Amino acid sequence: MAATLEAGVPAGALWGLVQDFVVGQQEGPADQVAADVKSGSYTVLQVVEALGSSLENPEPRTRARGIQLLSQVLLQCHSVLLEKEVVHLILFYENRLKDHHLVTPSVLQGLRALSQCVALPPGLAVSVLKAIFQEVHVQSLLQVDRHTVYSIITNFMQTREEELKGLGADFTFGFIQVMDGEKDPRNLLVAFRIVHDLISREYSLGPFVEELFEVTSCYFPIDFTPPPNDPHGIQREDLILSLRVVLASTPQFAEFLLPLLIEKVDSEILSAKLDSLQTLNACCAVYGQKELKDFLPGLWASIRREVFQTASEQVEAEGLAALHSLTACLSRSVLRADAEDLLDSFLSNILQDCRHHLCEPDMKLVWPSAKLLQAAAGASARACGHITGDVLPLLLEQFHKHSQSNQRRTILEMTLGFLKLQQKWHYEDKDERPLSGFKDQLCSLVFLALTDSSAQLQLVGIRALTALGAQPDFLASDDLEQAVGHLYRLSFLEEDSQSCGVAALEASGVLATLHPAAFSNHLVPKLAEELHRGLSALAGGDGSPQRPQNLRCLQVLSAVSTHPSIVKETLPLLLEHLWRMNKGNVVSGSSDIIAVCQSLQRVAEKCQQDPESCWFFHQTAIPCLFALAVQASMSEKEPSILGEVLLEDEVLAAMVSVIGTATTHLSPELAAQSVARIVSLFLDGNTSFLPENSFPSRFQPFQEGSSSQRRLVALLMAFVCSLPQNVEIPQLDKLMRELLELSCCHRCPFSATAAAKCFAGLLNKHPAGQQLDEFVQLAVDAVEAGLGSGPTRHQAFTLLLWVTKALVLRYHPRNSSLTARLMGLLSDPELGPAAADGFSLLMSDCTDVLTRAAHAEVRIMFRQRFFTDNVPALVQGFHAAPQHVKPNYLKGLSHVLHRLPKPVLLPELPTLLSLLLEALSCSDSVVQLSTLSCLQPLLLDAPQVMSLHVDTLVTKFLNLSSSSSMGVRIAALQCMHALTRLPAPVLLPYKPHVIRALAKPLDDKKRLVRKEAVSARGEWFLLGSPGS
Amino acid sequence: MVGFGGGGGGGGVGGGGGVGGGLLENANPLIYERSGERPVTAGEEDEQVPDSIDAREIFDLIRSINDPEHPLTLEELNVVEQVRVQVSDPDSTVAVAFTPTIPHCSMATLIGLSIKVKLLRSLPQRFKMDVHITPGTHASEHAVNKQLADKERVAAALENTHLLEVVNQCLSARS
Repeated sequence: MAATLEAGVPAGALWGLVQDFVVGQQEGPADQVAADVKSGSYTVLQVVEALGSSLENPEPRTRARGIQLLSQVLLQCHSVLLEKEVVHLILFYENRLKDHHLVTPSVLQGLRALSQCVALPPGLAVSVLKAIFQEVHVQSLLQVDRHTVYSIITNFMQTREEELKGLGADFTFGFIQVMDGEKDPRNLLVAFRIVHDLISREYSLGPFVEELFEVTSCYFPIDFTPPPNDPHGIQREDLILSLRVVLASTPQFAEFLLPLLIEKVDSEILSAKLDSLQTLNACCAVYGQKELKDFLPGLWASIRREVFQTASEQVEAEGLAALHSLTACLSRSVLRADAEDLLDSFLSNILQDCRHHLCEPDMKLVWPSAKLLQAAAGASARACGHITGDVLPLLLEQFHKHSQSNQRRTILEMTLGFLKLQQKWHYEDKDERPLSGFKDQLCSLVFLALTDSSAQLQLVGIRALTALGAQPDFLASDDLEQAVGHLYRLSFLEEDSQSCGVAALEASGVLATLHPAAFSNHLVPKLAEELHRGLSALAGGDGSPQRPQNLRCLQVLSAVSTHPSIVKETLPLLLEHLWRMNKGNVVSGSSDIIAVCQSLQRVAEKCQQDPESCWFFHQTAIPCLFALAVQASMSEKEPSILGEVLLEDEVLAAMVSVIGTATTHLSPELAAQSVARIVSLFLDGNTSFLPENSFPSRFQPFQEGSSSQRRLVALLMAFVCSLPQNVEIPQLDKLMRELLELSCCHRCPFSATAAAKCFAGLLNKHPAGQQLDEFVQLAVDAVEAGLGSGPTRHQAFTLLLWVTKALVLRYHPRNSSLTARLMGLLSDPELGPAAADGFSLLMSDCTDVLTRAAHAEVRIMFRQRFFTDNVPALVQGFHAAPQHVKPNYLKGLSHVLHRLPKPVLLPELPTLLSLLLEALSCSDSVVQLSTLSCLQPLLLDAPQVMSLHVDTLVTKFLNLSSSSSMGVRIAALQCMHALTRLPAPVLLPYKPHVIRALAKPLDDKKRLVRKEAVSARGEWFLLGSPGS
Repeated sequence: MVGFGGGGGGGGVGGGGGVGGGLLENANPLIYERSGERPVTAGEEDEQVPDSIDAREIFDLIRSINDPEHPLTLEELNVVEQVRVQVSDPDSTVAVAFTPTIPHCSMATLIGLSIKVKLLRSLPQRFKMDVHITPGTHASEHAVNKQLADKERVAAALENTHLLEVVNQCLSARS
């Protein structure tokens, strides 16, 4: 008591707090006392003294309350305790463990506090644990108190590992007793964690391996469904994974675990099967031959049974994965010289059970058998060699034994699987490769397949040929020559086996990268000859039968242009072809030129990744294309057929894509060379870099006069708008002004639009600053001037649209005023509908300009931002607008919503839904279609919100299912189908009516509509019906 | 008399049991290739051109029905084939013959019922439909055909919750 007085604290205050807590049953004083101890007002010893009488009270509840106060104080103050105090407290608490069971929870709380103490002297951790193991029957405690015990153990394991290990296997045994019988998922997660630490930190398990296994494996397979509204958020998956980590953590468990897994794979419950197979898979990471040896036959039998019998793809996949890991594990083990190699006998077993099924290509078990063999063969080079060496001769033999194409196809497809596996392993020695002995047989088999009459077999043959060609140094040059010959023939197959043609083209592309010489020598010359012949036939006026052949030829040429050395041959060939057409004047339609351009385009795409090829393509193709176009634009006085054709919209569009693709990947230095020439061509008429440039007149596309020359601004656009952002464009100011002037010219909409797009493309990339603001202002002035007067209104509107898009994409501050201007045009009697469609252009991705590929500045969230900035105004505009222009607003809105990412749209839905429902009644089929395609994913994603409107939705969808537009009917029926995702109780009242109503579209005159009606009606029948 | 309940539910698929699937009547059946999706023609995309209901369209309705016993479709088991579908859109008639995998297949009635129900749900009401076993391919061919042709019996069968459940499972899209 003297100490209390000296400290100057009124002892009465502490005593009062203690009394309030213990006798008064108030909770507040505990925190107060803790705070005082922390601040040094009194010591823990003083608290104990103040508690004095309550700790000795004959009533256990009072003693418990007293200890509870002390424990709560310790929990907050354990960091300020002195070593001496800790020793006394531990002694006290250990002693209290012997007290009445009502006291125990509070004692454990105190020990938990002390277990976090840094000042805990050596030896006491062990002593506390021993006391707990001895005095407390943990599993008769409440969940919270059991959790406290696990926490004490965890704390000590984190800080006193060496001391605990001194206990030897006793610690393990003690813990086994603690957790034996645990039922609560929260505690299990902690307990599993402790077991895992015991094993991974190499605590001594002594003779208790089996007990430790038993006490954990009794939960396998986990069968736990979290209660609804579970606040603890423990998922079944959490338990499964943490138990799996324990079970698969040590080879010591193998002898107990493997029989258990074999038993549980056989379970009736799908999840138990999956868990067992996945656990087996995990075990293989730490096991060796020794652990697996005795159980291999059982494991194989289970896996085989599951893969053979299952109806679930998941079980099959897990079974195959487990077999893969098993085989990998057996392959990994290092053997003594005299030991038996388990891998060989294991694989022999697999072969014995699966081999004969491969001989029955019509039967159900053929594929499961092949998959099992391939799973094992994919595990290691050794396994692959063993299995391939055995199976390949069999498959080769079976191919010849079976004569039907579909049987042969199955066999070849299995063979293909084994061929593909070879690529996983790298063999030093050529002769070690499992395939090396079978080259000739495989080649002849594949060639046989390629000449079969069945397209299906041919297709697999093509894939097998690709796989053979991909094996390094496998095919000899005469094999390759033959292969190229087959691919050439297949590429030219008739229409009905088009899929083969496509596959052959693809295979040619892949193989050409690997074996360019074979294709240069044996394919390109043939194609050149073929093209030439086609041209002569056209010139002779007998071209029509030749045309599809020619088209194919162009496709093959581009398909094989996958290697720089091949491009050096194919590109000049294509360009020469174009020149010849021009010179010989043999074109009868734009489609021929477009076909060549498309071919060039594909070659350009393939060149993009290789800087050298890219420059080669650009340097070779661009001057040639410009020269042709310039020449065509000057032949107005003596019109040639080709001249006219070359300037058609579609042809120019095709050339635009070629030029764009050939420009986007240029390095800035090379691009700078090119841009100087081309800008000078358009602004100064400088044609010096064009081949064959003796033109009859000057090239002045921006001058009044030649409308043909003006059309070529589209090509200028393709080039300058595809340049990287850091390439400086010479005479930019002049160029922009010329473009702006042309864009408002009403005599040629094509050139005006091209000029507007080109202007917009440059504007989008121009660095922010005064010059940019000037350009924007110039554009705004031009737009306002144009919108004011009659004939140029449409051009001015187009310019406005493109400039707005350019600025919206880069978040330029003036985009909002331009968008507002556009919105104002929605109620314009002349431009309203066009303005509504303009929103589609603003929100969609273009193909030629303002694309990311063409280095445009496109902010990733521009759609969301546009939505947030403008939809409220659109909605308001809709409500305020006179009846006859309301559809324009709806249409504009539909376009915005349609392009918006669904996650962004969902939260906005409640406010917009009424408008969308109104849009469904709009008579414009574009609005209907757009609205339906907007609602359909929402029905799938947000069924709860949509449920509120089920009545309207059912009525409107059913109405639209008899629309005059087939697209709307289809979309409406898809929505009827999606409606079935709504909660069944909401839908059931409508079921009879809907089923009756959907009988009508079953008899629609269009098959595509009937198809949707069938699937929608089928789903409605299943609603609330047993078995669905 | 073969009853509609003859299938007994068709459980046992993949349900474990002995190696080789002792529970199935035919554990390693012949399997056939699935035909791909019907390619969409230009005519089908043209608003104006009417497309009549043809054999392929009927076949597409029934080919993906699940077998009650195997995790396979009727097409993969060759129980239904396009050549065994006769249809006349102008006359509003359709006839489908199906071939059980083995002559004593106890599922024959159930399969027939599933086909019938699928057609009832998917075809316009004007159609008269006839679902029967391919002649000479089943031991109780006559009895099964008689059952399938009897409207009242089909209706009564669908009142049976257990049967309806199995039929619905056969008609559900495979997950």
